[in-house]
Amino acid sequence: MATDKPKLAVHKFSSCDGCQLALLNLGEPLLALPGLVDIVHFAEAGPNSPDQAVDISLVEGSVSTPEDIQRIQQVRQNSKLLVSIGACATSGGLQALGNFANRHEWMASVYSNPENIEVLNSSDPISKHVKVDLQIQGCPVNSTQVIGALRNLLSGVAPRAEVHSVCMECKRQGLICTMVTQGEPCMGPVTLAGCGALCPATGRGCYGCYGPAEQLNDRSISDRFEQLGLDAQAVLRRFRFIANSAAGFKAASEGLRGDTDG
Amino acid sequence: MQQSAKIERQPGFLPRADFQRLLDGVVKSGYQLLGPVVKDGAIQLMEVSDARQLVKGLTNEQQPGHYRLQQTAGERLFDWNHGPQGLKPLCFAPHEVLWVEQKDPLSFTTRLPDLKPTAVLGVRGCDLAALAIQDRHFLHAAGADPHYRQRREQLLLIGIDCAHSAESCFCASTGDGPSVNQGVDIGLSELDDGFLVWSGSDQGEAVLQQIDLAAAQTQQLEQMARQSEQAAQEQQRKLPSAEELMRLYQRLEHAHWQQIAERCLGCGNCTAVCPTCFCYDTHHEVSLDGLSAQNVRQWDSCFSASHSSMGGFKVRGDILSRYRQWLTHKLAGWQEQQGRIGCTGCGRCITWCPVGIDLTKESDAILWEGSLDE
Ligand code: SF4
Ligand code: SF4
Ligand code: SF4
Ligand code: SF4
Ligand code: SF4
Repeated sequence: MATDKPKLAVHKFSSCDGCQLALLNLGEPLLALPGLVDIVHFAEAGPNSPDQAVDISLVEGSVSTPEDIQRIQQVRQNSKLLVSIGACATSGGLQALGNFANRHEWMASVYSNPENIEVLNSSDPISKHVKVDLQIQGCPVNSTQVIGALRNLLSGVAPRAEVHSVCMECKRQGLICTMVTQGEPCMGPVTLAGCGALCPATGRGCYGCYGPAEQLNDRSISDRFEQLGLDAQAVLRRFRFIANSAAGFKAASEGLRGDTDG
Repeated sequence: MQQSAKIERQPGFLPRADFQRLLDGVVKSGYQLLGPVVKDGAIQLMEVSDARQLVKGLTNEQQPGHYRLQQTAGERLFDWNHGPQGLKPLCFAPHEVLWVEQKDPLSFTTRLPDLKPTAVLGVRGCDLAALAIQDRHFLHAAGADPHYRQRREQLLLIGIDCAHSAESCFCASTGDGPSVNQGVDIGLSELDDGFLVWSGSDQGEAVLQQIDLAAAQTQQLEQMARQSEQAAQEQQRKLPSAEELMRLYQRLEHAHWQQIAERCLGCGNCTAVCPTCFCYDTHHEVSLDGLSAQNVRQWDSCFSASHSSMGGFKVRGDILSRYRQWLTHKLAGWQEQQGRIGCTGCGRCITWCPVGIDLTKESDAILWEGSLDE
């Protein structure tokens, strides 16, 4: 059915589908969405027409196979605006941990016929292969952030960029600092805001899924983590986790003393 | 240092066993009561009506980047100092909608907060002084902030003298504590066997009129004075004088700023817990259908990129310049803008800094160490 509503596609690359599920979890706003846009492709939700030209594409997942490269180029050609959503699409995701190892050796140790598997040498953010108009971090994304950005894009307005650390969200909500009251290491001070301090709200430290904050003093927080009892390897793994290949975290982990596995 | 008029104390005595009568008096006067309760490992203000809900026999260990509660041998209700926040979130909300707009027909409506009359039990001298600073900022005649005012006018403040200081407290050196000396509606001093109680305003007096207070004995008044003196003596930190702090401006190129920047995370926790910090930023949230929007205000911080930019250009692009902005503004700039330093010695920025940066030590180092490096 042809309408003059803007067209939206949601594409999936190498990912766990968690960001798509976060969108589906939105509740009421999700029901209002079809009033504003034609959702022409969102396989997780039903519509399955990946090759249509659209106004906005939301892209989940990283680029990790030769076929992914061709497909993302096609998506780019078909989309006026391309928004990458989630840690996989914006930094390569958890699976980019393989970038720090020799993945062909790994595959040989796991699969009997590794030659049948065609993968790239690295798991890449979408922006490594095509131009991306907007990135929304998180594992998974905060769907309220995605919907807010969508609204702005539909109005032709640049979405508001988050600039604070998770700590500011933590404090605005009146949460009690896990690091100061329990000595529990928390990546909040060096992690970009956006999630609403989800982890500190449950009494545990942030594990940095949004990737680096605007200012990243990795030395100082690493020293603090060591004072709180983490050994060098454990400190390294705070950076080399979900957003391991986001530029700041990657550089931080490569500069750390515990870097012996890469 | 500027101080509003000191309260003339004419206390009566309320035995410990009768403390509930004060709470009843407050509630009967139509206030909801916020009192100190342990939540998530910290002393926080929560709605209470029964004295048995209040913290008892607890004190707080507050050191750089470190806060823990500890049991005391005694029965006292106020042997701790202060929790993670002062009065700031009650008046200057961390996140609030200021106004909403509709598209068809076009309308703009102010959204005012709806706070019931609220009594706050256990407010410390440092936090009362900080509130006076925030009042000057948000309520000055020319541009009084209706949202702040609406909340502020609902508050009844029940202050308490500190009988002890936490390790990070240094209010004696700013002249703002350890006893309450301004802005209370009701003042309390906790003694071994009960409380000295006095009113500091008509609203406070109206509450106290419902409670029978015994006459205070001379030795009780002496214990009150002795405790405050002891709390002040316990303090291990102090700030340089206001005049000395003005010299920070001559030391903007001091090498120590770089040493701070190597430790500082730029996270903004210090500004969020500081009871005098008042910076905010506003943004628009448009409904998905595009037919309505709300203007939202939330706490900002001089450690954020948004606060450090002008016309899209980052004027303070690194942690060094942001920390320097925070410290020089708080300790020197405020003197020119507000007539006093912007610090009341509560020590929260020291306790709640994830890496324990201590503004008293940093300002000492910048003022007194090394030569003028200009
Ligand atoms: S719990 Fe984590 S995010 Fe929250 S203030 Fe502490 S360090 Fe920051
Ligand atoms: S608190 Fe940290 S780890 Fe948890 S959701 Fe937020 S950014 Fe991710
Ligand atoms: S600067 Fe620090 S010690 Fe001074 S009032 Fe603010 S939080 Fe308290
Ligand atoms: S700074 Fe002073 S008034 Fe504030 S809690 Fe500490 S001792 Fe009490
Ligand atoms: S001084 Fe401490 S609390 Fe303040 S921004 Fe630096 S690290 Fe964060």
